[in-house]
Amino acid sequence: MLFALDVTQCDGWSVVAVTGELELATAPRLRQQVVGLIGSGRSNVVIDLTGVDFIDSVGLGVIVGALKRARTHGGDLVVAGAVPRVRSLFEITRLDEIIGLYPDVAAALAVVDG
Amino acid sequence: MGEVRLEIPARAAYLGLARQVVAAAAAVEPTFRDERIDALRIAVSEATTNAIEAHADLERNERIVIRCNLDDDQIEVEVLDQGTGFSPDDLEAMPAPDDPERLQREHGLGLPLMRVLADEAEILSGESGTAVRLVVYRAPRPDG
Repeated sequence: MLFALDVTQCDGWSVVAVTGELELATAPRLRQQVVGLIGSGRSNVVIDLTGVDFIDSVGLGVIVGALKRARTHGGDLVVAGAVPRVRSLFEITRLDEIIGLYPDVAAALAVVDG
Repeated sequence: MGEVRLEIPARAAYLGLARQVVAAAAAVEPTFRDERIDALRIAVSEATTNAIEAHADLERNERIVIRCNLDDDQIEVEVLDQGTGFSPDDLEAMPAPDDPERLQREHGLGLPLMRVLADEAEILSGESGTAVRLVVYRAPRPDG
């Protein structure tokens, strides 16, 4: 599956839909995308992992870095749509305790817009 | 059952190929459940990522060797690089999730993941390179 990023805006949040495998070869593109969004003042970010079938520690690390950057700029970052095999890595690494995980983008936006 | 050997350039673009080959080799005899192969894919990805980064630090062009030994009850994968090595015991522990320092650490999850996902994970590292040996059993550990 080819790696792709697609950004949409919804209720003041940037939704970054990721497709493909998130690892050493691809994660820098996600980092660059999020850095660009936050740098342009869009510091509330949803990372939509619905289309991600593989993630490893490099992908997780980029999401941690993005979360840190978002919060530093007064925003937040949450993750939506992680399939069970991807979600399990957030749980094993206990990142689910510091990053909001939601079943899909709609659920994420419903809560963060609360 | 057999051995599969793969050599890849130390470049990130080949990481997916390494995962595909190991997962495909493990699936030749359909005796391993998908979740075991998934665990192996991630562990191999972590080991190969470390190997690629070890070579990148040195700007060396030697290849990374991945050996996959298939048996009825286990799959053993060795990832061999020629980097300068490291001491796994010297790596700092990851801060707890409620520690503000946790967000400062983007790296350092690879080895813990390997150790959780593989049933055996052994790292032999020296000045001439690192060998990571990963073993996944057909059935998970009773405590796994």
